[in-house]
Amino acid sequence: MLAVSSVSETRPTTCRYRLLGHPTDLAGHVETLGPVPLPGARDRDWREAFVSGLEASGLSGRGGAGFPAAIKLAVTHAGGRGGTVVVNAMEGEPASDKDKLLLIRSPHLVLDGAQLLAAAGEARRIVVCVPEESEHAAAAVSAAIAERAGTSHSPISEVLVRPPDRYVAGEESALAEWLASGRSLPTFRPDKGTPLRIGRRPALVHNAETLAHVAMLARTGPAAFRAHGVVEDPGTCLVTISGSVEHPGVVEIDRGTPLLDVASRATPLGRPQALLVGGYGGAWVGPAHFTTPYASLSLRAVGATAGVGIVVVLGPETCGLTETARVVHYLAGQSAGQCGPCVYGLPAIADDLARLARGQVDPSLQARLDRRVRQVDGRGACRHPDGAASLVRSALAVFADDLRDHLRGTPCAHWDRTTVLRFPAPRPLARA
Amino acid sequence: MIRIVIDPVACDAYGYCAELLPEAITLDEWGYPIVDGAPLPADLVEVARRAARDCPRRAIALRERKGGSS
Repeated sequence: MLAVSSVSETRPTTCRYRLLGHPTDLAGHVETLGPVPLPGARDRDWREAFVSGLEASGLSGRGGAGFPAAIKLAVTHAGGRGGTVVVNAMEGEPASDKDKLLLIRSPHLVLDGAQLLAAAGEARRIVVCVPEESEHAAAAVSAAIAERAGTSHSPISEVLVRPPDRYVAGEESALAEWLASGRSLPTFRPDKGTPLRIGRRPALVHNAETLAHVAMLARTGPAAFRAHGVVEDPGTCLVTISGSVEHPGVVEIDRGTPLLDVASRATPLGRPQALLVGGYGGAWVGPAHFTTPYASLSLRAVGATAGVGIVVVLGPETCGLTETARVVHYLAGQSAGQCGPCVYGLPAIADDLARLARGQVDPSLQARLDRRVRQVDGRGACRHPDGAASLVRSALAVFADDLRDHLRGTPCAHWDRTTVLRFPAPRPLARA
Repeated sequence: MIRIVIDPVACDAYGYCAELLPEAITLDEWGYPIVDGAPLPADLVEVARRAARDCPRRAIALRERKGGSS
C-alpha cells in the first residue's frame, strides 16, 4: 500500500510506526500488522506504486553507507531479473546488536521487506546472512522461514546462510563474493554505481533493519514514516548504546534526536567526555557537539556519519586516545589483507597511537601519524581503512588535551586498565 | 579527461609506475602508489599507458571520465 494516496486514505494506519515491539510469531505478526502487501498475480501497477512509495519515504540504508534504498533498488533492477535479495545481518561492528535483536524480535518484518524488494526487483531468491557465531538470531530466522514456507507470505524462496564472523564480512561486495565463491573478501569496484553480482545475476544487498523499514512503511505508507525524524533524514532507526552506561542495549529513536538524548536512553555513568558515533569506523564527537541531531547531514557537519546505529559513551574515567589505540589495533587485525595501505597502514597507525598513549613519543610521531592517516584514507577496495582514518582524525581533534599531554611524554594512566569498549573475544586460529 | 585508477587488491608495490610517471604517481612509505585522481595532462597520457602496460600486476587502469570528482 505504498505511496498511492488514495489507497492509504482508504486504509488508515492504526499501528504506530515502529520496528520493535510486535509479536514474533507469524500469526501474531500478521494479526498486528496485517499481511505484507505483495503484488497480486496481475498487479501491473504494483511495482510503480511500491517504488514511488519508497522514494517518497526518503528511507536511507541503515547498514552504514546510508545510501537511499530506492536508488539501490533501481540500480539493481537495471542489472536484470532473476537476481538475489541478500539480507545483510552480518553486523560486524562489535558495538552493534540491533540487527541481531531485530531478527530475534521481528524476523517476519525483515523477511517481509526482503519479499517486497524481491518482488519489485524481480529477484528469484532471498538469502539471509547471519554470521556463524550469532546462534540466537540464526535460530529465530530459521524458525521464521519454516513458519512462512509454503504460505502466501513467502512466494520467493528464503534461505538462511552463515558467513564467517569478521568485521569486513558484511561489507556488501564481500558478502556477494562470499555467496559467489565462498571467499569473504571485498572486491575492487572503481565504479560504485554498477550493481553487485553473484555470478552473472544481480545482487541486491540490504541491511536487515532497512528491510524491516521497507516492510513497515509498505503497510503504513510513507507519511507515517516521515512523521518521524527530520526532513533531510526521516524515519526512525535502531541504535545500540554501550560503553559507560548503566543500561546498555538497543533503542529505537527518531532520526534527528540530539546525540546526548540518545545516549541518555541508556543512563550514562557520569558526564560523558565523548560519544563514539557510527561504530569503530565512525567518529568521536565531543561535548561541544553533543546536541547535534542524529541525522546524516548534521552528523557529517561534525565529522561523523549516521552509519550503523551505534553510540558508545566514553565516561570521564578513561582516555579517548588509549581507547582509540585499542580500536585501531582491532581494526588492523580485521583487515581482509588484500590492499597494501590497509595491511601496512592500520598496524602502523595503531602502533603510533599506542606509543602516544604510553608517552613513548619521538619528535616525528605527530607528523608521521597525520601522514599515515591521510595515506590510508580511500586507498582500499572497501572502506575499512577510511573508517579507521575517520576514527583517528576525530580522536586527535576531540581528545586534543590528552594529545597535548601525551605528546609531552606523559604516559596514559589508563593504558593498563580495562577498556570500556566492546571487542569480540579472541578466537583460536582456525585449523586448516 | 583521463585519470589513473589503481586496483588496490591487484597492486603488489612493485613501484615501476612511480618510476615511469613520477609527475602523477608517488609511493607511500610501504611502496604502494598514490595517485591524486586529477585528470592526467595530455602530454603524460602516452607514458601512463606504458606504465599501465608494464605493471607486473596489471593494477593500473586509465579511465575516461567526464569531469566531476571520483
